[in-house]
Amino acid sequence: METRDHSVGARIGMWLFLLSEILLFGGLFLLYAVYRSKHPGDFHAASMELSRFDGTLNTAILLTSSLTAVAAVFSLQELNKPKRTIFFLGATIAFGAAFLVVKAFEWTAKFEHGLYPNAAVLMKRPPGEILYFGLYFTMTGLHALHVIIGMTVLSVILAFIVRGKATQERSAALENAGLYWHLVDIIWIFLFPLFYLIT
Amino acid sequence: MASHAEAAHHAVGPWYLDNGKRPGIRGFITSTNHKRIGILYLVAVLSFFTVAVILGVLMRIQMLSPDSKFLSGQMYNSIFTLHGIIMVFLVVIPGIPTIFGNFFLPILIGGEDMAFPRLNLFSWYLYMTGAAVVLGSILFAKGAVDTGWTFYVPYSIHTTVDVPLAVFGVFLLGMSSILTGLNIVTTTHMMRAPGMTFFRMPLSVWGLYSTAWVQVLATPVIGITMVLILLERVFGIGVFDPSKGGDPLLYQHLFWIYSHPAVYIMILPAMGIISDLFPVFSRKNIFGYKTIAFSSLAIASVGSLVWGHHMYVSGQSDTASIVFSLLTFLVAIPSAIKVFNWIATMYKGSVKVDPPFLYALGFIALFSIGGLTGLVLGALSTDVHTHDTYFVVGHFHYIIFGGMGFGLFAALHYWFPKMFGKTYNYRTATVAFIVLFVGFNLFYMTLLILGWAGMPRRYYSYLPQFTDLQVIATVGSWIMVSGLGLMFGNLLYALFRGKKAEADPWGGSTLEWQIPSPPHAENFESVPIITHGPYVFPGRKEKKE
Amino acid sequence: MAYTRYVYIWAALIVLTAITVTTASLNFGRVGILVVLAIAAIKSTLVLLYFMHLSSEKRLLLKLLVPIAICTLAIFIGLTFTDVLYR
Repeated sequence: METRDHSVGARIGMWLFLLSEILLFGGLFLLYAVYRSKHPGDFHAASMELSRFDGTLNTAILLTSSLTAVAAVFSLQELNKPKRTIFFLGATIAFGAAFLVVKAFEWTAKFEHGLYPNAAVLMKRPPGEILYFGLYFTMTGLHALHVIIGMTVLSVILAFIVRGKATQERSAALENAGLYWHLVDIIWIFLFPLFYLIT
Repeated sequence: MASHAEAAHHAVGPWYLDNGKRPGIRGFITSTNHKRIGILYLVAVLSFFTVAVILGVLMRIQMLSPDSKFLSGQMYNSIFTLHGIIMVFLVVIPGIPTIFGNFFLPILIGGEDMAFPRLNLFSWYLYMTGAAVVLGSILFAKGAVDTGWTFYVPYSIHTTVDVPLAVFGVFLLGMSSILTGLNIVTTTHMMRAPGMTFFRMPLSVWGLYSTAWVQVLATPVIGITMVLILLERVFGIGVFDPSKGGDPLLYQHLFWIYSHPAVYIMILPAMGIISDLFPVFSRKNIFGYKTIAFSSLAIASVGSLVWGHHMYVSGQSDTASIVFSLLTFLVAIPSAIKVFNWIATMYKGSVKVDPPFLYALGFIALFSIGGLTGLVLGALSTDVHTHDTYFVVGHFHYIIFGGMGFGLFAALHYWFPKMFGKTYNYRTATVAFIVLFVGFNLFYMTLLILGWAGMPRRYYSYLPQFTDLQVIATVGSWIMVSGLGLMFGNLLYALFRGKKAEADPWGGSTLEWQIPSPPHAENFESVPIITHGPYVFPGRKEKKE
Repeated sequence: MAYTRYVYIWAALIVLTAITVTTASLNFGRVGILVVLAIAAIKSTLVLLYFMHLSSEKRLLLKLLVPIAICTLAIFIGLTFTDVLYR
């Protein structure tokens, strides 16, 4: 594709940045791997406290947001229909917001049950469960931060398109923003089974 | 470049002071031109180096006698911590990639600028912010951070001094490093001139390129580690807290997973520059170009697998220690191969020991000593004896200061005429080198001996039997610092009063010597077309590549 | 419509999610983590190949990046386990 080849440099840069993000989360996955192998029973017990429904719902939300994200890029790059791009970008951002709302409900529920770092209730639980929740808040928290960053970036791109600064010929920023959003989705694809589906 | 501007600004070369958009310093700190950004880093890095050297001098004064009251124990802890943080994160890790990588990478590959000029400037802003945060942390909470630059838990979690600001500063510096690495990888892939295949690139580019991969892949791990320290301190998540089931050793794993590859970030660019210098000053093609290129990649990859050798006596399993020890010995091989290749380059060459080459030879000597002492530390049994002693301190100063440091000094003396269009005094540079080299060895060789005799590191006092050697070491440090002062003074003088330099003072063969000194804003008048490898010297009958 | 290609991928992702949630309730025991991780890997690969366009990517470098990241992470975790498992 002509347009994509002119923006190869920016795309390489974005992919390298995504690589660094994978390694950033990687450190946390390392901790998770070690602690789960040490306390398999505790991790299972602790995961029962989470709502599988909420987790599955959030997974579906993010997967759908990935669909709208790629549709947004496609609409501009291949179809040159910026209005559709704006619609799809808006939808992606809305799904991101929905994800955060569900997450907020989940976290508040944990706070109310006293299952957060250093809480008295949590401290009485076995070490494996304490570690599980320490990792849960850290990893889903860092992920949520990236959802917020992604939403911000997508909003900026949305503004560019509205103002005509991003067009079919100059769609690299949109495509790269999409890549970032997909990575956020991929990270959740792994977080979901690791925290919600422990047998 | 208007010629009237060239004539008017004779102080530091024409385009430095006249960028058109904004004059003077403001022009510098808002410019996205890779050469100006390189200069920004040069000033910053050397300034922070000076601060850290002063901290080192203070430490050595304290160690003149076992009951010295010059520094309190607390002050000493903070000083060695800051000395380490500044040297590691502000000088040695960024040093060569940000100064010479930025200034010369585009030129060496025949390009106009880095792939992402604005990101490049942003990296510098991040770097300066991180530096400000780290240095500023001295002023807050109950005092300057005193954990050692390694921030080991549990102390870093419980100590009341300003750990949060210091680790946040390191986090920002890590981000800056990642972005620089990303820029270098993309630039190397995308901005090479026509005909510049990967195997026609100068080896200094291979050095920068391999380093950049480590920057992108390993640095995020220290980023998350610093975040985890913050989270442990503020929220008590428990991942490093044994009372909550956490494992402090996992902190060390995460820390060293970055910090060991970090030392390869430090040394690979320096090795790359040395690889460029040996051909020029032997007037002969490098021996084993492809071997050196691949060994850079090998060091970068295998070097990322050896971090556990910092943890032999921490409580790590024997299995892990054996695995890491084996890998540590393996990574020494490509480095040794490079040393053999460099020396082989001189064989039947026409050697001229100008100041850059003097530092390159110094590099070989000091890096070799450092590398060999590394084998002592890499072997399990001898490490038990030498861990956390001055032997380690001697080892890493030989490798980092003697290696990366002398590599930086070599690069400075090599590229100074090109960067600033001025010549410096070769004799003074040579004298400075001799003073520096003598002082360096008097100082750090003594530390190796002290360490072997049992002197622990990070102690502000010691048993009386070590006094004589401690005094010798301190005197050595003074001679060394005098050498440094003479060296930098010579270059600084040349900056303002030096004679005009020609385009190619050394008879080099890489692209930077085919453009004026200093280079024009756009580097090349027209895009160069590359038809041969980087080290071709007229008048020699080389084997066909 | 030209979007159908992406909708099919999305549908596959949703189905895989349903599968993974169901397998979790089936209690495969210790193999369970491998099963869910495998499904997560398949889902991620679909996103990488089709939403992130790696399948139509011409440059080899970009196709190698994610494998490089995974290998790096695997080695970091693996070597750490030589410590954690054998203390």
